[in-house]
Amino acid sequence: MNIHIRNGRLIDPKNKLDEVQDIYISAGKVLAIGKTPFGFVADSEIDASGLVVVPGLIDLAARLREPGYEYKATLESEMHAAVAGGITSLACPPDTDPVLDEPGLVEMLKHRARELSQANVYPVGALTYGLKGIELTEMAELSDAGCIAFSQADEPLTDTRVLMRAMYYAATFGFGVWLRPQDSFLARNGVAHDGEVATRLGLPAIPVCAETIALATMLMLGRETGVKLHICRVSSAEGVSLIREAKKNGLNVTCDVSMNHIHLSEMDIGYFDSNCHLVPPLRSQRDRAALRVALQEGVVDSICSNHSPVDEDAKQIPFAEAEAGATGLELLLPLVLKWMYEEKLSLSDAVSKVTCNSARILNIDAGHLAIGAVADICIFDPDKYWRVETGALKSQGKNTPFIGMELRGKVRYTLVNGQIIYQEH
Amino acid sequence: MNNPQLNKNGELQHLLSTEGLPSRILYDILDRASAFVDGAGRGEIRKVPILHGKSVFNVFFENSTRTRTTFEIAAKRLSADVVNLNIASSSTSKGETLLDTVDNLCAMHADMFIVRHAQSGAAHLIAKHVAPEIHVINAGDGRHAHPTQALLDMFTIRHYKKEFHNLRVAIVGDVLHSRVARSQIHALTTLGVPEVRVIAPKTLLPSHVEQLGVRVFHDMETGLRDVDVVLMLRLQNERMQGAALPSAQEYFKYYGLTQEKLAYAKADTIVMHPGPMNRGIEIDSSVADGIQSVILAQVTFGIAVRMAVMSLLAGDK
Repeated sequence: MNIHIRNGRLIDPKNKLDEVQDIYISAGKVLAIGKTPFGFVADSEIDASGLVVVPGLIDLAARLREPGYEYKATLESEMHAAVAGGITSLACPPDTDPVLDEPGLVEMLKHRARELSQANVYPVGALTYGLKGIELTEMAELSDAGCIAFSQADEPLTDTRVLMRAMYYAATFGFGVWLRPQDSFLARNGVAHDGEVATRLGLPAIPVCAETIALATMLMLGRETGVKLHICRVSSAEGVSLIREAKKNGLNVTCDVSMNHIHLSEMDIGYFDSNCHLVPPLRSQRDRAALRVALQEGVVDSICSNHSPVDEDAKQIPFAEAEAGATGLELLLPLVLKWMYEEKLSLSDAVSKVTCNSARILNIDAGHLAIGAVADICIFDPDKYWRVETGALKSQGKNTPFIGMELRGKVRYTLVNGQIIYQEH
Repeated sequence: MNNPQLNKNGELQHLLSTEGLPSRILYDILDRASAFVDGAGRGEIRKVPILHGKSVFNVFFENSTRTRTTFEIAAKRLSADVVNLNIASSSTSKGETLLDTVDNLCAMHADMFIVRHAQSGAAHLIAKHVAPEIHVINAGDGRHAHPTQALLDMFTIRHYKKEFHNLRVAIVGDVLHSRVARSQIHALTTLGVPEVRVIAPKTLLPSHVEQLGVRVFHDMETGLRDVDVVLMLRLQNERMQGAALPSAQEYFKYYGLTQEKLAYAKADTIVMHPGPMNRGIEIDSSVADGIQSVILAQVTFGIAVRMAVMSLLAGDK
């Protein structure tokens, strides 16, 4: 299958490319950029005039809810949502039911995903059995089955000796360990940032030190063990400072932030809006500003959707009881663009946070458009406004704090492996 | 963001919190309550037909005796039909969701819901869900709000102190877990009390309490100095398990209101408590039963204030 994408503004942050160029795809790979290769006959042409052509987006955290939570979402629904959002590769956390702690489960998930032939799915394996924080999983076997890193998802690992050994063991094989920093004792029963809003609304609170204490432990053990450490969903200014310092001191650490947290703060909870019940909690406006600065500095490497579809009933209950999470796959691109417009950044800088930077953390050859690269491509209209509505979302999860909002930027085509997998109608 | 308590004409649609309400609405409620009290000889309030033909549902997802009973008496004095539902022990344990329960009660033609729930925000959730002709009164949601308690406290303060603008009021005890304290603070600041204090150990205060507009004290001697009104809060026994306090004895020694500590305040200070009291833990019996205590008056006024709220919501002029 030969595809010719004409007249698009081609942006490839990794290769510092930003110009209107044609791109030619053949046999699933980028064949040429610019001039038509000799003898190239296109089977399919895409007119990308006025559109932006970028590497397919890579999402570091998307819960697909399979196996075990099919009433919230299915692999099929969420994979369609992913490509509709321009996402061609995604990492899914191990907190399914059963937990991704057995090679057979990982193989099955990979197989199911392959059969759907939509986006590429990269499972993150459980670091400990059942995510219970007691026994190590068979990481090498899980890696052979397709896991690209190991994590506790949102489950705590309170035993620091187990954590240190898990890191040493992962480091033996060069596996990445992905951890979300939150001290489970300080965060116990908490549902909102320990700030002005939780004080006013009487919501059980999670203090910032729940993040920084866990983070300090992780960073110190990271140094001790030499593991490739990735910090998931940093949420506070103090957390960002610790990571900045660790990076300055040469620690092998990367970090991501959820797209919700660069736009929202505790204030958005308003009168108990359960769509804003998120993990980690939305923090203060000062924290949000610090996350944005850290992204621009490169202290925070990547933006993820933290896609966590929740069924409607689980949100239509009082705030603290409502299940945490929001749908996100189809909002990742427009929310990255929104941040870009607000901070007056270049498209290339913004796109790097969801393409090449994420690929580096995943340790996969993707997120760029060099000649010979796998043709995972997202083509979007940067100026099209659309309203986030239940009917407009392919994800089975319809809950998001952005519901009803007009966002700018809409995906027109998504190519995976040189095939047009999604086309806007 | 629209205030979910007000309709588009700025009138009270639901009473969910004392926060964000204009002072004219708070004064309207207090004045109506005064009319109910004054209209009655010997402290007894006569029955009036304001809610005749209306159904008031007392929906309590959390146990309560005093609040539920005073609401029931208030609704009956307004000639409403009253239905009491103790849901703590029925539907939800069978798996029915909160809003399913509410839908079922709406189908029984409820005009007004009086709701108590263990979770902050439950009353807001219900108010958002019901049809526009139905009114919701929050009778306590989690740690968030208990507006009728705060309003009856304001009524009691005005009864004894006449004005708000020259008062110093201290709230003593477990502010962190208290919906009463939050509602009192908002009501006091809205009504123009120039100085609202909270007195408690740091483990019983929310982290950003000063942003609610209060001065923070950690000892009774300086906190109670020159105070006109002392609002005591109830201390739940489970605070000792959560490592918030070492013991009830130590709490009583440093924060329990005794005659000795009350002497730091003004000579004509009044002492209030939302009940039920833990004698010997947050308050000494000699204070609770003493001449400065107006705790039983609070209960009596509670009926008039709840009548006032219901009559206002029902659109009575």
